[in-house]
Amino acid sequence: MLDNISILFQAPIFAVDLLVQGLLIGGIFVLAAYGLALVWGVMNVKNLAQGDMVILGGYVAYQCTLWGMHPIIALPIAFMLLFALGWGIYATIIRRVVDRDMFTSLLATFGLSLLIQQALNLRFGPEVKIAESGFGTLDFGDLTIPAIRFVGLGLAAVLAVGLVLFMRNSRMGQAIRATAQDPRAARVLGINTDRVYAFTYALNAAICGAAGVLVAMIWNIQPFYGIVHSIRAFIIVTAAGLGNLPGVVVAGFGLGVWENYSGFIFGAEFAVAAVVIVLVLVLMVRLFQMYRVRQVVR
Amino acid sequence: MHFVKTELRAAAIAAALTASLGLAAAPAEAKVDGDTIILGSAISLTGKYSTNGIHAQNGYELGVKMINDNGGVTVGGKSYKFKVVYYDDESTPARGAQLAERLINQDGVKYMLGPYSSGLTKAIAPVTEKYKIPMVEAEGASRSLFTQGYRYLFAVLSTSEQYLASSIALAAEIAEQNGKKASDVKVAMAFENDPFSLDVRAGVVEDAAKYDMKIVIDDKLPRDLSDMTSTLTKVKALKPDLLVVSGHSKGAATAGRQISELKISTPMIAMTHCEAAKVVEKYGADAMEGLLCPTQWAETLSYKDDLFGTAAEYDALFKKTFEGYKTVPYQSAQATAAVMVWKDAFERANSFDTEALRDAIADTNMTTFYGGIKFSPEGNNIAKPMVLRQIQDGEYKVVAPVKWASSKARHPRQPKY
Repeated sequence: MLDNISILFQAPIFAVDLLVQGLLIGGIFVLAAYGLALVWGVMNVKNLAQGDMVILGGYVAYQCTLWGMHPIIALPIAFMLLFALGWGIYATIIRRVVDRDMFTSLLATFGLSLLIQQALNLRFGPEVKIAESGFGTLDFGDLTIPAIRFVGLGLAAVLAVGLVLFMRNSRMGQAIRATAQDPRAARVLGINTDRVYAFTYALNAAICGAAGVLVAMIWNIQPFYGIVHSIRAFIIVTAAGLGNLPGVVVAGFGLGVWENYSGFIFGAEFAVAAVVIVLVLVLMVRLFQMYRVRQVVR
Repeated sequence: MHFVKTELRAAAIAAALTASLGLAAAPAEAKVDGDTIILGSAISLTGKYSTNGIHAQNGYELGVKMINDNGGVTVGGKSYKFKVVYYDDESTPARGAQLAERLINQDGVKYMLGPYSSGLTKAIAPVTEKYKIPMVEAEGASRSLFTQGYRYLFAVLSTSEQYLASSIALAAEIAEQNGKKASDVKVAMAFENDPFSLDVRAGVVEDAAKYDMKIVIDDKLPRDLSDMTSTLTKVKALKPDLLVVSGHSKGAATAGRQISELKISTPMIAMTHCEAAKVVEKYGADAMEGLLCPTQWAETLSYKDDLFGTAAEYDALFKKTFEGYKTVPYQSAQATAAVMVWKDAFERANSFDTEALRDAIADTNMTTFYGGIKFSPEGNNIAKPMVLRQIQDGEYKVVAPVKWASSKARHPRQPKY
């Protein structure tokens, strides 16, 4: 471990390399986490199928490449397809669990996750697939960075900004925010909360679909890879604090950077463990803060 | 009345569970129906191992077909045909063990062929061992399978610690050719943290120690790995002479992609599962030029037998029999070899008795299109080495061991990124 730290000091270019690569992948993490924050915050549904929807989006990109299209073209296609699918899933499954206890929604979305995995396995098989962008690499002296990572970050940023503007300025965005604050009051004021929930879940699925297209262009996809993206999204949302969308962005970038550094310093096998340790620390700090607040109230 | 109903329901559920777990009374005689010898196999026809499971099933089927078409199996002067009963283990070890119980207890199968993967073999071997049913397996390479003291488990393939060990020998040989000492070679290792890859790692560590090579990176990659940037950044910083990677098809796919994207210039890179991950098709021949890929078998090897002829003839027959294969996976070839072991054992034992057959399998010493087969007392095949191929101009050429090499190893590798 000390040897690895000394490399970073002896050759600072590699420290910069890890930082840049971490920031670039952090942008992709943010997208899936943003969707989860929406569904969790507005509907109080813990969506365990989050990562599987990301992978589903990746397979849309892969299918597009099979049809001879460039995977970037799959971005709007995946967005729209998963929006429609998300609406359908809400109408058939999620609608029935929105007002139930936490375990019901966890079980329902876990079942959904298995369903997506097995459907993808049936259609595409268990082999690893990629959607090659063909953008090549960019060289900055000793730094070599795949160009697709920059493109991915750019597209993720455009999507994220678009979503923020939508939430702030559109009537549906305002309705979503109102429902998140107090669904009963929103209903009294004439907001069709059922439609808001359906739109929120569909929007989350669409964001995941778009993130999946970027994932398939940057990494590999396989029907059972969804769990990694679900875990990352849960960690980011928890670390950021529910409802804190700027916090999601910071936590997403932080996670990307921390994963890269911990993989380098402690070894790849400890990268995920290091991330979970950070989550535990964040939760402990949060609990401590809550304890202090309660004492003040008393 | 309510109590009686509940009791009856409980009894019915218990009976159903017992039957489903295969614990019901079963025929005890050896499974030979008329002139057919029934072999059994729980194998992955669905789930995450289904691709290789189906490759293995095709291998079994081709072996059975060729044996049946060429006079069958002679026992006691009478000719018998082979038939395999399959169950789908859904790529799940618990299901595999359950189905092995079912094959043995309910279907009366007394002669087993293995499943796909070390994990599934580990789940099934205790069952076949418990019932003293011989199992010839072709897809479980983990060394730990052969350290448990099993008497009824036999594997036709080379064990996993041999997969990349030959790359160490090759690196030492090349270093000496270049006027360096083998001990000057710096080795970087990245292995998935699973039983198979850790066995592969054990073989590399053992061989590197033999040559006194220095291991500069020893990363264990998580199972769901899709990004190994941090490991490859370390490779760029430490400039090893040899990088060895193992992590099934998904590890090879990840490594292939990122080695190309990050323009890794290590002069020698060896990794498992190149062909299964289709690295050349995915990332192009130029980027993958010079990668070393171990294999259990290749169609260019000079092995031959009386049933299939040469390895190349087996390759041609397989492609003719099953559509959609551009290259024949070694998983299929070794599955066929497992069926050949059963034929040989039946004929030498001249009996259907499982103990006599176990002893006959243990005494196997045969040459096949797949290579030599002779089992150690632990049950693994010690007559066939692993082969190292190198991707040269988009083709897989055998470069080590030199005895079977069809090409000379290119060093340093010269990819075009």
